[in-house]
Amino acid sequence: MNDLLTGIQTAFLLILTADSEVLDITFRTLQITFSSVLISTIIAIPLGAIITFNEFWGKKSLISVIQTLYALPTVIVGLLCFMILSRSGPLGTLGWMFTPNGMVFGQTILIIPIMTGLTIAALQAIDPIITDTIRSLGATRFQFLKSHLREARFTIMAAVIIGFSRAISEVGTAIMIGGNIKGHTRVLTTAISLQTSMGNFNLSLALGIILLVIALIINLFMGIVQNR
Amino acid sequence: MIDIADITKTFDKNTVLTGVSETIRKGEIFAIIGPSGQGKTTLLRILGLLEKPTTGDVLLEGKSIVKLSDNDPVRRRIGMVFQNPVAFKDSVYHNIALGLHYRGFGKEEIRERVLQKLDEIGLSGYEERKATTLSGGEKQRVSLARIMVTGPDILILDEPTANLDPVSTEVIEDLIRHYNKKLGTTVILSTHDLIQGQRLADRVAVMMNGHFIQSGTIFDVFTRPCSVDVAKFIGIGNILVGKVIRKEDGLSVILVHDVEIHAISNAPAGTNVRIAIRPEEITLHTGPDRWSSARNVIFGTIEAVKPFGIISHVNVKSGELTLSVQVTWQSIRELDLKPGVEAVLSFKAPSVHIMPEENGNECI
Repeated sequence: MNDLLTGIQTAFLLILTADSEVLDITFRTLQITFSSVLISTIIAIPLGAIITFNEFWGKKSLISVIQTLYALPTVIVGLLCFMILSRSGPLGTLGWMFTPNGMVFGQTILIIPIMTGLTIAALQAIDPIITDTIRSLGATRFQFLKSHLREARFTIMAAVIIGFSRAISEVGTAIMIGGNIKGHTRVLTTAISLQTSMGNFNLSLALGIILLVIALIINLFMGIVQNR
Repeated sequence: MIDIADITKTFDKNTVLTGVSETIRKGEIFAIIGPSGQGKTTLLRILGLLEKPTTGDVLLEGKSIVKLSDNDPVRRRIGMVFQNPVAFKDSVYHNIALGLHYRGFGKEEIRERVLQKLDEIGLSGYEERKATTLSGGEKQRVSLARIMVTGPDILILDEPTANLDPVSTEVIEDLIRHYNKKLGTTVILSTHDLIQGQRLADRVAVMMNGHFIQSGTIFDVFTRPCSVDVAKFIGIGNILVGKVIRKEDGLSVILVHDVEIHAISNAPAGTNVRIAIRPEEITLHTGPDRWSSARNVIFGTIEAVKPFGIISHVNVKSGELTLSVQVTWQSIRELDLKPGVEAVLSFKAPSVHIMPEENGNECI
Protein backbone atom coordinates (compact mmCIF):
# COMPACT_ATOMS: atom_id res chain seq x y z
CA MET A 1 0.00 0.00 0.00
CA ASN A 2 2.84 2.33 0.92
CA ASP A 3 4.53 1.51 -2.38
CA LEU A 4 1.42 2.60 -4.23
CA LEU A 5 1.21 5.96 -2.41
CA THR A 6 4.85 6.85 -2.90
CA GLY A 7 4.47 5.66 -6.48
CA ILE A 8 1.62 8.10 -7.11
CA GLN A 9 3.60 10.92 -5.43
CA THR A 10 6.63 10.29 -7.61
CA ALA A 11 4.42 9.98 -10.66
CA PHE A 12 2.98 13.46 -10.14
CA LEU A 13 6.47 14.78 -9.49
CA LEU A 14 7.66 13.34 -12.81
CA ILE A 15 4.72 14.92 -14.62
CA LEU A 16 4.95 18.29 -12.89
CA THR A 17 8.70 18.62 -13.42
CA ALA A 18 8.15 17.77 -17.07
CA ASP A 19 10.56 14.85 -17.10
CA SER A 20 12.05 14.74 -20.57
CA GLU A 21 11.65 11.01 -21.06
CA VAL A 22 7.99 11.10 -19.96
CA LEU A 23 7.30 14.06 -22.27
CA ASP A 24 9.05 12.37 -25.17
CA ILE A 25 7.02 9.17 -24.79
CA THR A 26 3.74 11.06 -24.38
CA PHE A 27 4.36 13.24 -27.41
CA ARG A 28 5.22 10.22 -29.59
CA THR A 29 2.15 8.35 -28.39
CA LEU A 30 -0.12 11.23 -29.35
CA GLN A 31 1.58 11.60 -32.73
CA ILE A 32 1.19 7.93 -33.63
CA THR A 33 -2.37 7.62 -32.29
CA PHE A 34 -3.65 10.80 -33.93
CA SER A 35 -2.07 9.72 -37.24
CA SER A 36 -3.75 6.32 -37.19
CA VAL A 37 -7.10 7.80 -36.11
CA LEU A 38 -6.92 10.42 -38.87
CA ILE A 39 -6.16 7.84 -41.56
CA SER A 40 -8.82 5.46 -40.23
CA THR A 41 -11.42 8.25 -40.18
CA ILE A 42 -10.71 9.14 -43.79
CA ILE A 43 -11.17 5.49 -44.76
CA ALA A 44 -13.85 4.26 -42.33
CA ILE A 45 -16.49 6.99 -42.60
CA PRO A 46 -16.84 6.97 -46.41
CA LEU A 47 -16.60 3.17 -46.34
CA GLY A 48 -19.38 2.98 -43.77
CA ALA A 49 -21.54 5.34 -45.85
CA ILE A 50 -20.95 3.35 -49.03
CA ILE A 51 -21.88 0.09 -47.32
CA THR A 52 -24.98 1.62 -45.70
CA PHE A 53 -26.44 3.30 -48.78
CA ASN A 54 -25.76 0.66 -51.39
CA GLU A 55 -27.47 -2.65 -51.83
CA PHE A 56 -25.20 -5.50 -52.87
CA TRP A 57 -24.92 -9.23 -52.50
CA GLY A 58 -23.46 -10.28 -49.15
CA LYS A 59 -24.05 -6.92 -47.46
CA LYS A 60 -25.38 -8.45 -44.24
CA SER A 61 -22.49 -10.93 -44.03
CA LEU A 62 -19.99 -8.16 -44.62
CA ILE A 63 -21.48 -6.14 -41.75
CA SER A 64 -21.31 -9.24 -39.52
CA VAL A 65 -17.65 -9.72 -40.40
CA ILE A 66 -16.91 -6.06 -39.63
CA GLN A 67 -18.66 -6.39 -36.27
CA THR A 68 -16.71 -9.55 -35.46
CA LEU A 69 -13.49 -7.66 -36.12
CA TYR A 70 -14.36 -5.20 -33.30
CA ALA A 71 -12.81 -7.84 -31.07
CA LEU A 72 -9.76 -8.35 -33.28
CA PRO A 73 -6.92 -9.18 -30.83
CA THR A 74 -4.12 -6.66 -31.07
CA VAL A 75 -1.46 -9.38 -31.13
CA ILE A 76 -3.07 -10.92 -34.22
CA VAL A 77 -2.93 -7.54 -35.95
CA GLY A 78 0.69 -7.38 -34.78
CA LEU A 79 1.39 -10.80 -36.25
CA LEU A 80 -0.29 -9.95 -39.58
CA CYS A 81 1.52 -6.63 -39.83
CA PHE A 82 4.77 -8.32 -38.93
CA MET A 83 4.31 -10.73 -41.84
CA ILE A 84 3.33 -7.93 -44.21
CA LEU A 85 6.00 -5.42 -43.18
CA SER A 86 8.95 -7.68 -42.48
CA ARG A 87 11.71 -7.58 -45.05
CA SER A 88 10.39 -10.65 -46.93
CA GLY A 89 6.73 -9.57 -46.67
CA PRO A 90 4.69 -7.89 -49.44
CA LEU A 91 5.35 -4.40 -48.09
CA GLY A 92 8.85 -5.20 -46.82
CA THR A 93 10.48 -2.71 -49.18
CA LEU A 94 8.83 0.15 -47.29
CA GLY A 95 11.17 -0.54 -44.41
CA TRP A 96 8.44 0.23 -41.88
CA MET A 97 9.33 -2.55 -39.49
CA PHE A 98 10.27 -1.13 -36.05
CA THR A 99 9.31 2.42 -37.09
CA PRO A 100 6.49 4.75 -36.03
CA ASN A 101 5.07 4.42 -39.57
CA GLY A 102 4.71 0.68 -39.05
CA MET A 103 2.91 1.31 -35.76
CA VAL A 104 0.48 3.73 -37.46
CA PHE A 105 -0.09 1.07 -40.13
CA GLY A 106 -0.91 -1.56 -37.49
CA GLN A 107 -3.18 0.67 -35.42
CA THR A 108 -5.05 1.78 -38.52
CA ILE A 109 -5.82 -1.83 -39.42
CA LEU A 110 -6.83 -2.43 -35.83
CA ILE A 111 -9.40 0.38 -35.58
CA ILE A 112 -10.84 0.58 -39.10
CA PRO A 113 -13.38 -2.24 -38.44
CA ILE A 114 -14.78 -0.68 -35.27
CA MET A 115 -14.97 2.79 -36.79
CA THR A 116 -16.58 1.49 -39.98
CA GLY A 117 -19.04 -0.68 -38.07
CA LEU A 118 -20.07 2.13 -35.73
CA THR A 119 -20.45 4.51 -38.67
CA ILE A 120 -22.79 1.99 -40.33
CA ALA A 121 -24.76 1.66 -37.09
CA ALA A 122 -24.96 5.45 -36.75
CA LEU A 123 -26.25 5.90 -40.31
CA GLN A 124 -28.72 3.04 -40.01
CA ALA A 125 -30.13 4.61 -36.86
CA ILE A 126 -31.24 7.72 -38.74
CA ASP A 127 -35.04 8.05 -38.89
CA PRO A 128 -36.19 6.89 -42.38
CA ILE A 129 -38.35 10.01 -42.58
CA ILE A 130 -35.16 12.08 -42.41
CA THR A 131 -33.91 10.10 -45.41
CA ASP A 132 -37.21 10.67 -47.24
CA THR A 133 -37.07 14.37 -46.39
CA ILE A 134 -33.53 14.69 -47.75
CA ARG A 135 -34.55 13.00 -51.00
CA SER A 136 -37.74 15.01 -51.22
CA LEU A 137 -35.78 18.26 -50.85
CA GLY A 138 -34.02 17.36 -54.06
CA ALA A 139 -30.58 16.41 -52.74
CA THR A 140 -28.04 15.17 -55.26
CA ARG A 141 -26.30 11.88 -54.44
CA PHE A 142 -23.41 13.75 -52.84
CA GLN A 143 -25.68 16.10 -50.85
CA PHE A 144 -27.64 13.03 -49.74
CA LEU A 145 -24.50 11.46 -48.22
CA LYS A 146 -23.35 14.74 -46.72
CA SER A 147 -26.67 15.41 -44.99
CA HIS A 148 -26.79 11.90 -43.57
CA LEU A 149 -23.26 12.14 -42.20
CA ARG A 150 -24.13 15.51 -40.69
CA GLU A 151 -27.28 14.09 -39.09
CA ALA A 152 -25.25 11.23 -37.59
CA ARG A 153 -22.26 13.39 -36.69
CA PHE A 154 -22.45 12.98 -32.93
CA THR A 155 -22.64 9.20 -33.08
CA ILE A 156 -19.90 9.11 -35.70
CA MET A 157 -17.77 11.34 -33.47
CA ALA A 158 -18.26 8.77 -30.73
CA ALA A 159 -17.04 6.11 -33.16
CA VAL A 160 -13.88 8.14 -33.74
CA ILE A 161 -13.34 8.50 -29.98
CA ILE A 162 -13.74 4.76 -29.51
CA GLY A 163 -11.22 4.18 -32.29
CA PHE A 164 -8.87 6.62 -30.59
CA SER A 165 -9.28 4.89 -27.23
CA ARG A 166 -8.56 1.48 -28.74
CA ALA A 167 -5.49 2.79 -30.56
CA ILE A 168 -3.94 4.66 -27.64
CA SER A 169 -4.48 1.81 -25.17
CA GLU A 170 -3.31 -1.14 -27.27
CA VAL A 171 0.06 -2.69 -26.57
CA GLY A 172 0.26 -5.83 -28.74
CA THR A 173 0.77 -4.18 -32.12
CA ALA A 174 2.91 -1.40 -30.70
CA ILE A 175 5.39 -3.82 -29.20
CA MET A 176 5.47 -6.32 -32.09
CA ILE A 177 5.77 -3.75 -34.89
CA GLY A 178 7.41 -0.88 -32.98
CA GLY A 179 9.71 -2.96 -30.87
CA ASN A 180 9.67 -0.47 -27.96
CA ILE A 181 12.91 1.21 -29.06
CA LYS A 182 13.81 4.01 -26.66
CA GLY A 183 13.53 7.45 -28.26
CA HIS A 184 12.16 5.96 -31.46
CA THR A 185 9.13 3.72 -31.08
CA ARG A 186 8.56 3.66 -27.35
CA VAL A 187 4.97 4.75 -26.50
CA LEU A 188 3.04 4.98 -23.22
CA THR A 189 1.71 1.42 -23.21
CA THR A 190 4.98 -0.28 -24.22
CA ALA A 191 6.91 1.85 -21.73
CA ILE A 192 4.51 0.89 -18.91
CA SER A 193 4.91 -2.76 -19.82
CA LEU A 194 8.70 -2.53 -19.83
CA GLN A 195 9.06 -0.36 -16.72
CA THR A 196 6.75 -2.62 -14.75
CA SER A 197 8.74 -5.69 -15.65
CA MET A 198 11.88 -3.80 -14.58
CA GLY A 199 10.30 -2.88 -11.25
CA ASN A 200 10.10 0.87 -11.98
CA PHE A 201 6.57 1.20 -10.68
CA ASN A 202 6.84 4.99 -10.19
CA LEU A 203 7.52 5.67 -13.82
CA SER A 204 4.89 3.14 -14.87
CA LEU A 205 2.29 4.82 -12.69
CA ALA A 206 3.19 8.26 -14.04
CA LEU A 207 2.79 7.03 -17.58
CA GLY A 208 -0.49 5.29 -16.70
CA ILE A 209 -1.88 8.49 -15.17
CA ILE A 210 -0.95 10.43 -18.29
CA LEU A 211 -2.71 7.83 -20.44
CA LEU A 212 -5.88 8.18 -18.39
CA VAL A 213 -5.73 11.98 -18.39
CA ILE A 214 -5.48 12.02 -22.19
CA ALA A 215 -8.54 9.77 -22.42
CA LEU A 216 -10.37 12.02 -19.97
CA ILE A 217 -9.58 15.19 -21.91
CA ILE A 218 -10.72 13.64 -25.18
CA ASN A 219 -13.99 12.53 -23.61
CA LEU A 220 -14.61 15.90 -21.98
CA PHE A 221 -14.05 17.59 -25.31
CA MET A 222 -16.52 15.17 -26.88
CA GLY A 223 -19.11 15.93 -24.22
CA ILE A 224 -18.78 19.67 -24.79
CA VAL A 225 -19.24 19.29 -28.55
CA GLN A 226 -22.30 17.09 -28.13
CA ASN A 227 -23.98 19.45 -25.72
CA ARG A 228 -23.58 22.45 -27.93
CA MET B 1 -50.91 18.82 -64.47
CA ILE B 2 -50.30 15.31 -63.16
CA ASP B 3 -51.72 12.30 -64.94
CA ILE B 4 -51.70 9.10 -62.96
CA ALA B 5 -52.04 6.27 -65.44
CA ASP B 6 -53.08 2.89 -64.11
CA ILE B 7 -50.43 2.58 -61.39
CA THR B 8 -49.90 -0.67 -59.57
CA LYS B 9 -47.41 -1.36 -56.81
CA THR B 10 -46.39 -4.72 -55.44
CA PHE B 11 -44.03 -5.23 -52.49
CA ASP B 12 -42.70 -8.77 -52.57
CA LYS B 13 -45.99 -10.61 -53.05
CA ASN B 14 -48.17 -7.98 -51.44
CA THR B 15 -50.08 -5.86 -53.96
CA VAL B 16 -50.77 -2.47 -52.44
CA LEU B 17 -51.99 -0.50 -55.44
CA THR B 18 -54.24 -2.27 -57.90
CA GLY B 19 -54.58 0.29 -60.67
CA VAL B 20 -54.86 3.98 -59.80
CA SER B 21 -55.79 6.49 -62.46
CA GLU B 22 -56.63 10.15 -62.01
CA THR B 23 -55.79 13.58 -63.35
CA ILE B 24 -54.75 16.21 -60.85
CA ARG B 25 -55.28 19.75 -62.01
CA LYS B 26 -52.90 22.63 -61.67
CA GLY B 27 -53.53 24.74 -58.57
CA GLU B 28 -56.08 22.51 -56.92
CA ILE B 29 -56.10 20.86 -53.51
CA PHE B 30 -56.72 17.20 -54.10
CA ALA B 31 -57.44 15.02 -51.08
CA ILE B 32 -57.17 11.27 -50.96
CA ILE B 33 -59.41 9.86 -48.28
CA GLY B 34 -59.96 6.30 -47.23
CA PRO B 35 -59.47 3.90 -44.37
CA SER B 36 -55.93 3.12 -43.16
CA GLY B 37 -53.88 0.53 -44.98
CA GLN B 38 -55.49 1.03 -48.37
CA GLY B 39 -52.43 2.35 -50.18
CA LYS B 40 -52.70 6.11 -49.70
CA THR B 41 -49.14 6.49 -48.44
CA THR B 42 -47.71 4.26 -51.17
CA LEU B 43 -49.43 6.29 -53.87
CA LEU B 44 -48.18 9.57 -52.39
CA ARG B 45 -44.63 8.18 -52.16
CA ILE B 46 -44.81 7.32 -55.85
CA LEU B 47 -46.07 10.83 -56.69
CA GLY B 48 -43.34 12.24 -54.42
CA LEU B 49 -40.74 10.24 -56.42
CA LEU B 50 -39.63 8.24 -53.39
CA GLU B 51 -40.96 4.99 -54.80
CA LYS B 52 -41.35 3.61 -58.30
CA PRO B 53 -44.61 2.00 -59.45
CA THR B 54 -44.50 -1.67 -60.47
CA THR B 55 -46.53 -0.89 -63.59
CA GLY B 56 -48.22 2.23 -64.90
CA ASP B 57 -46.94 5.75 -65.29
CA VAL B 58 -47.07 9.21 -63.79
CA LEU B 59 -46.91 12.15 -66.17
CA LEU B 60 -46.03 15.67 -65.13
CA GLU B 61 -47.14 18.07 -67.86
CA GLY B 62 -47.13 15.16 -70.27
CA LYS B 63 -43.67 13.81 -69.39
CA SER B 64 -43.11 10.60 -67.47
CA ILE B 65 -41.52 11.17 -64.07
CA VAL B 66 -41.34 7.64 -62.69
CA LYS B 67 -37.81 6.89 -63.85
CA LEU B 68 -35.97 10.11 -63.04
CA SER B 69 -32.38 9.83 -61.86
CA ASP B 70 -31.48 11.00 -58.35
CA ASN B 71 -29.95 14.16 -59.73
CA ASP B 72 -32.77 15.13 -62.11
CA PRO B 73 -33.86 18.75 -61.52
CA VAL B 74 -37.53 17.85 -62.08
CA ARG B 75 -37.44 16.18 -58.64
CA ARG B 76 -37.06 19.64 -57.14
CA ARG B 77 -40.49 20.70 -58.42
CA ILE B 78 -42.17 18.23 -56.07
CA GLY B 79 -41.92 18.46 -52.28
CA MET B 80 -43.30 16.16 -49.65
CA VAL B 81 -44.25 16.44 -45.96
CA PHE B 82 -44.74 13.27 -43.93
CA GLN B 83 -47.09 12.07 -41.25
CA ASN B 84 -44.56 12.04 -38.41
CA PRO B 85 -42.96 15.44 -37.92
CA VAL B 86 -39.17 15.19 -38.04
CA ALA B 87 -36.41 17.70 -37.53
CA PHE B 88 -32.73 17.51 -38.37
CA LYS B 89 -30.34 17.73 -35.41
CA ASP B 90 -29.64 21.33 -36.18
CA SER B 91 -31.01 24.80 -35.57
CA VAL B 92 -34.46 25.71 -36.86
CA TYR B 93 -32.71 28.05 -39.29
CA HIS B 94 -30.56 25.29 -40.74
CA ASN B 95 -33.57 22.97 -40.97
CA ILE B 96 -35.44 25.41 -43.18
CA ALA B 97 -32.36 26.43 -45.17
CA LEU B 98 -31.37 22.89 -46.17
CA GLY B 99 -33.20 22.72 -49.51
CA LEU B 100 -31.81 26.12 -50.46
CA HIS B 101 -28.26 24.92 -49.72
CA TYR B 102 -28.93 21.97 -52.04
CA ARG B 103 -29.91 24.42 -54.75
CA GLY B 104 -26.78 26.50 -54.29
CA PHE B 105 -28.43 29.74 -53.16
CA GLY B 106 -26.24 32.51 -51.75
CA LYS B 107 -26.04 33.25 -48.03
CA GLU B 108 -27.98 36.50 -48.25
CA GLU B 109 -30.83 35.08 -50.28
CA ILE B 110 -31.06 32.04 -48.00
CA ARG B 111 -31.28 34.30 -44.97
CA GLU B 112 -33.98 36.45 -46.50
CA ARG B 113 -36.11 33.49 -47.58
CA VAL B 114 -35.72 31.55 -44.33
CA LEU B 115 -36.66 34.54 -42.18
CA GLN B 116 -39.70 35.18 -44.33
CA LYS B 117 -40.82 31.55 -43.95
CA LEU B 118 -40.24 31.66 -40.19
CA ASP B 119 -42.52 34.67 -40.07
CA GLU B 120 -45.19 32.89 -42.14
CA ILE B 121 -45.23 29.85 -39.87
CA GLY B 122 -45.29 32.02 -36.75
CA LEU B 123 -41.86 30.98 -35.47
CA SER B 124 -39.95 34.24 -35.85
CA GLY B 125 -37.16 34.41 -33.31
CA TYR B 126 -36.77 30.63 -33.26
CA GLU B 127 -33.82 30.63 -35.70
CA GLU B 128 -31.21 29.46 -33.21
CA ARG B 129 -33.44 26.98 -31.36
CA LYS B 130 -32.51 23.32 -31.65
CA ALA B 131 -35.20 21.99 -33.95
CA THR B 132 -35.36 18.67 -32.12
CA THR B 133 -36.64 20.47 -29.00
CA LEU B 134 -39.73 21.82 -30.77
CA SER B 135 -43.19 20.41 -30.16
CA GLY B 136 -44.78 18.09 -32.73
CA GLY B 137 -46.92 20.87 -34.15
CA GLU B 138 -43.95 23.25 -34.41
CA LYS B 139 -41.83 20.57 -36.06
CA GLN B 140 -44.54 19.99 -38.63
CA ARG B 141 -44.67 23.73 -39.34
CA VAL B 142 -40.90 23.66 -39.82
CA SER B 143 -41.27 20.63 -42.13
CA LEU B 144 -43.78 22.56 -44.22
CA ALA B 145 -41.59 25.66 -44.32
CA ARG B 146 -38.53 23.55 -45.22
CA ILE B 147 -40.29 22.35 -48.36
CA MET B 148 -42.15 25.55 -49.22
CA VAL B 149 -39.04 27.74 -48.98
CA THR B 150 -37.76 25.91 -52.07
CA GLY B 151 -40.88 26.96 -53.98
CA PRO B 152 -42.14 23.60 -55.28
CA ASP B 153 -44.93 23.51 -57.89
CA ILE B 154 -46.46 20.47 -56.23
CA LEU B 155 -46.78 19.89 -52.50
CA ILE B 156 -47.56 16.39 -51.29
CA LEU B 157 -48.70 15.85 -47.71
CA ASP B 158 -49.19 12.40 -46.22
CA GLU B 159 -51.63 12.72 -43.29
CA PRO B 160 -49.91 15.97 -42.28
CA THR B 161 -51.92 16.47 -39.11
CA ALA B 162 -52.63 12.89 -38.04
CA ASN B 163 -50.42 13.18 -34.95
CA LEU B 164 -51.17 16.78 -34.03
CA ASP B 165 -53.49 18.49 -31.55
CA PRO B 166 -56.49 20.47 -32.90
CA VAL B 167 -54.80 23.88 -32.58
CA SER B 168 -51.67 22.76 -34.46
CA THR B 169 -53.90 21.10 -37.05
CA GLU B 170 -55.66 24.37 -37.72
CA VAL B 171 -52.36 26.21 -38.12
CA ILE B 172 -51.12 23.62 -40.64
CA GLU B 173 -54.42 23.70 -42.55
CA ASP B 174 -54.31 27.50 -42.73
CA LEU B 175 -50.74 27.34 -44.06
CA ILE B 176 -51.69 24.75 -46.69
CA ARG B 177 -54.59 26.93 -47.83
CA HIS B 178 -52.34 30.01 -47.79
CA TYR B 179 -49.67 28.43 -50.00
CA ASN B 180 -52.30 27.03 -52.35
CA LYS B 181 -54.06 30.39 -52.79
CA LYS B 182 -51.08 32.77 -52.64
CA LEU B 183 -48.48 30.77 -54.54
CA GLY B 184 -50.79 28.60 -56.62
CA THR B 185 -49.06 25.47 -55.36
CA THR B 186 -50.85 22.29 -56.40
CA VAL B 187 -51.54 20.30 -53.23
CA ILE B 188 -52.09 16.57 -53.00
CA LEU B 189 -52.81 15.32 -49.51
CA SER B 190 -54.06 12.21 -47.84
CA THR B 191 -56.16 12.15 -44.73
CA HIS B 192 -58.32 9.75 -42.82
CA ASP B 193 -60.04 12.79 -41.35
CA LEU B 194 -63.11 13.30 -43.53
CA ILE B 195 -63.82 16.71 -42.11
CA GLN B 196 -60.29 17.83 -42.96
CA GLY B 197 -60.83 16.57 -46.51
CA GLN B 198 -63.99 18.61 -46.72
CA ARG B 199 -62.39 21.70 -45.19
CA LEU B 200 -59.37 21.78 -47.46
CA ALA B 201 -59.98 20.02 -50.72
CA ASP B 202 -61.36 21.15 -54.04
CA ARG B 203 -61.71 17.55 -55.09
CA VAL B 204 -61.45 14.25 -53.25
CA ALA B 205 -60.84 10.65 -54.20
CA VAL B 206 -61.83 7.72 -52.06
CA MET B 207 -59.16 5.03 -51.95
CA MET B 208 -60.22 1.50 -51.16
CA ASN B 209 -58.55 -1.82 -51.93
CA GLY B 210 -55.64 -0.13 -53.65
CA HIS B 211 -57.42 2.14 -56.08
CA PHE B 212 -59.77 5.13 -56.35
CA ILE B 213 -63.28 3.84 -56.03
CA GLN B 214 -64.79 7.30 -56.51
CA SER B 215 -63.48 10.77 -57.15
CA GLY B 216 -65.07 14.14 -57.67
CA THR B 217 -65.92 17.39 -55.96
CA ILE B 218 -66.52 17.36 -52.23
CA PHE B 219 -70.23 17.75 -52.91
CA ASP B 220 -70.34 14.82 -55.34
CA VAL B 221 -68.54 12.38 -53.14
CA PHE B 222 -70.07 13.33 -49.83
CA THR B 223 -73.67 13.56 -51.03
CA ARG B 224 -73.62 10.96 -53.77
CA PRO B 225 -71.44 8.03 -52.69
CA CYS B 226 -71.31 5.54 -55.52
CA SER B 227 -71.28 2.40 -53.44
CA VAL B 228 -72.24 1.10 -50.06
CA ASP B 229 -68.57 0.93 -49.01
CA VAL B 230 -68.06 4.60 -49.82
CA ALA B 231 -71.34 5.51 -48.12
CA LYS B 232 -70.26 3.65 -45.00
CA PHE B 233 -66.82 5.25 -45.04
CA ILE B 234 -68.12 8.80 -45.37
CA GLY B 235 -70.45 8.13 -42.47
CA ILE B 236 -73.87 7.87 -44.02
CA GLY B 237 -75.53 5.85 -41.35
CA ASN B 238 -78.71 4.48 -42.79
CA ILE B 239 -77.95 2.13 -45.65
CA LEU B 240 -80.93 0.02 -46.66
CA VAL B 241 -81.97 -2.43 -49.36
CA GLY B 242 -85.15 -1.70 -51.30
CA LYS B 243 -86.99 -1.95 -54.59
CA VAL B 244 -88.54 0.77 -56.76
CA ILE B 245 -92.23 -0.14 -56.87
CA ARG B 246 -93.78 2.79 -58.74
CA LYS B 247 -93.41 6.38 -59.89
CA GLU B 248 -95.46 9.11 -58.27
CA ASP B 249 -95.38 12.91 -58.83
CA GLY B 250 -91.96 12.57 -60.53
CA LEU B 251 -90.56 10.68 -57.55
CA SER B 252 -89.70 7.03 -57.13
CA VAL B 253 -91.46 5.12 -54.42
CA ILE B 254 -89.11 2.59 -52.89
CA LEU B 255 -90.33 -0.21 -50.71
CA VAL B 256 -87.94 -0.87 -47.86
CA HIS B 257 -89.19 -3.78 -45.78
CA ASP B 258 -92.81 -2.71 -45.38
CA VAL B 259 -92.25 1.05 -45.51
CA GLU B 260 -92.64 3.23 -48.63
CA ILE B 261 -89.92 5.84 -49.05
CA HIS B 262 -90.09 8.64 -51.62
CA ALA B 263 -86.87 9.53 -53.41
CA ILE B 264 -85.53 11.21 -56.54
CA SER B 265 -84.23 8.56 -58.92
CA ASN B 266 -84.17 7.59 -62.58
CA ALA B 267 -84.35 3.93 -61.74
CA PRO B 268 -87.39 2.31 -63.41
CA ALA B 269 -90.00 0.47 -61.38
CA GLY B 270 -88.89 -3.02 -60.47
CA THR B 271 -85.21 -2.08 -59.92
CA ASN B 272 -83.50 -3.29 -56.78
CA VAL B 273 -81.58 -0.44 -55.15
CA ARG B 274 -79.59 0.49 -52.09
CA ILE B 275 -80.58 3.70 -50.37
CA ALA B 276 -78.72 5.85 -47.91
CA ILE B 277 -80.17 8.55 -45.69
CA ARG B 278 -77.85 10.78 -43.66
CA PRO B 279 -78.89 10.66 -39.99
CA GLU B 280 -78.51 14.43 -39.73
CA GLU B 281 -81.09 14.94 -42.45
CA ILE B 282 -83.81 13.13 -40.57
CA THR B 283 -85.93 15.14 -38.14
CA LEU B 284 -87.33 13.49 -35.04
CA HIS B 285 -90.53 14.64 -33.36
CA THR B 286 -92.52 13.24 -30.51
CA GLY B 287 -95.76 15.25 -30.88
CA PRO B 288 -98.19 15.16 -33.82
CA ASP B 289 -97.57 18.78 -34.84
CA ARG B 290 -95.61 20.27 -37.76
CA TRP B 291 -93.97 17.20 -39.16
CA SER B 292 -96.04 17.01 -42.29
CA SER B 293 -94.01 19.32 -44.63
CA ALA B 294 -91.50 16.58 -45.53
CA ARG B 295 -92.31 13.97 -48.13
CA ASN B 296 -91.39 11.04 -45.97
CA VAL B 297 -93.03 10.59 -42.60
CA ILE B 298 -92.45 7.43 -40.60
CA PHE B 299 -94.02 6.50 -37.27
CA GLY B 300 -91.97 4.32 -34.98
CA THR B 301 -90.67 3.55 -31.54
CA ILE B 302 -87.29 4.45 -30.09
CA GLU B 303 -85.15 1.37 -29.78
CA ALA B 304 -81.92 2.81 -28.44
CA VAL B 305 -80.20 6.10 -27.56
CA LYS B 306 -76.41 6.08 -28.09
CA PRO B 307 -74.49 9.11 -26.87
CA PHE B 308 -71.73 10.42 -29.21
CA GLY B 309 -70.46 13.46 -27.35
CA ILE B 310 -72.89 16.35 -27.62
CA ILE B 311 -74.79 14.59 -30.42
CA SER B 312 -76.60 11.34 -29.74
CA HIS B 313 -77.67 8.71 -32.23
CA VAL B 314 -81.24 7.62 -31.70
CA ASN B 315 -82.40 4.40 -33.36
CA VAL B 316 -86.07 4.36 -34.30
CA LYS B 317 -87.79 1.16 -35.36
CA SER B 318 -90.83 1.06 -37.57
CA GLY B 319 -91.88 -2.47 -38.40
CA GLU B 320 -88.79 -4.14 -39.80
CA LEU B 321 -87.11 -0.82 -40.65
CA THR B 322 -84.62 0.79 -38.27
CA LEU B 323 -83.32 4.32 -38.92
CA SER B 324 -80.63 6.17 -37.05
CA VAL B 325 -81.19 9.87 -36.31
CA GLN B 326 -78.88 12.51 -34.84
CA VAL B 327 -80.27 14.45 -31.91
CA THR B 328 -78.53 16.94 -29.63
CA TRP B 329 -78.25 15.98 -25.98
CA GLN B 330 -80.38 18.99 -25.13
CA SER B 331 -83.27 17.64 -27.19
CA ILE B 332 -82.80 14.23 -25.67
CA ARG B 333 -83.41 15.76 -22.26
CA GLU B 334 -86.16 18.16 -23.27
CA LEU B 335 -88.13 15.53 -25.18
CA ASP B 336 -87.22 12.83 -22.67
CA LEU B 337 -86.14 10.46 -25.41
CA LYS B 338 -85.54 6.90 -24.26
CA PRO B 339 -86.26 3.40 -25.51
CA GLY B 340 -89.96 2.68 -25.86
CA VAL B 341 -91.00 6.29 -26.56
CA GLU B 342 -93.04 6.77 -29.75
CA ALA B 343 -91.43 9.04 -32.32
CA VAL B 344 -92.16 10.46 -35.76
CA LEU B 345 -89.37 10.71 -38.31
CA SER B 346 -89.52 13.00 -41.33
CA PHE B 347 -87.14 13.66 -44.19
CA LYS B 348 -87.32 15.11 -47.67
CA ALA B 349 -87.17 13.11 -50.87
CA PRO B 350 -83.81 14.66 -51.97
CA SER B 351 -82.27 13.47 -48.69
CA VAL B 352 -82.61 9.91 -49.90
CA HIS B 353 -79.55 8.86 -51.88
CA ILE B 354 -79.93 6.01 -54.33
CA MET B 355 -77.10 3.63 -55.23
CA PRO B 356 -77.24 0.68 -57.60
CA GLU B 357 -77.66 -2.62 -55.83
CA GLU B 358 -74.27 -3.95 -54.86
CA ASN B 359 -72.18 -4.89 -57.87
CA GLY B 360 -68.86 -5.37 -56.21
CA ASN B 361 -66.94 -2.33 -55.06
CA GLU B 362 -66.45 -0.84 -58.48
CA CYS B 363 -68.35 2.22 -59.38
CA ILE B 364 -66.30 4.80 -61.25
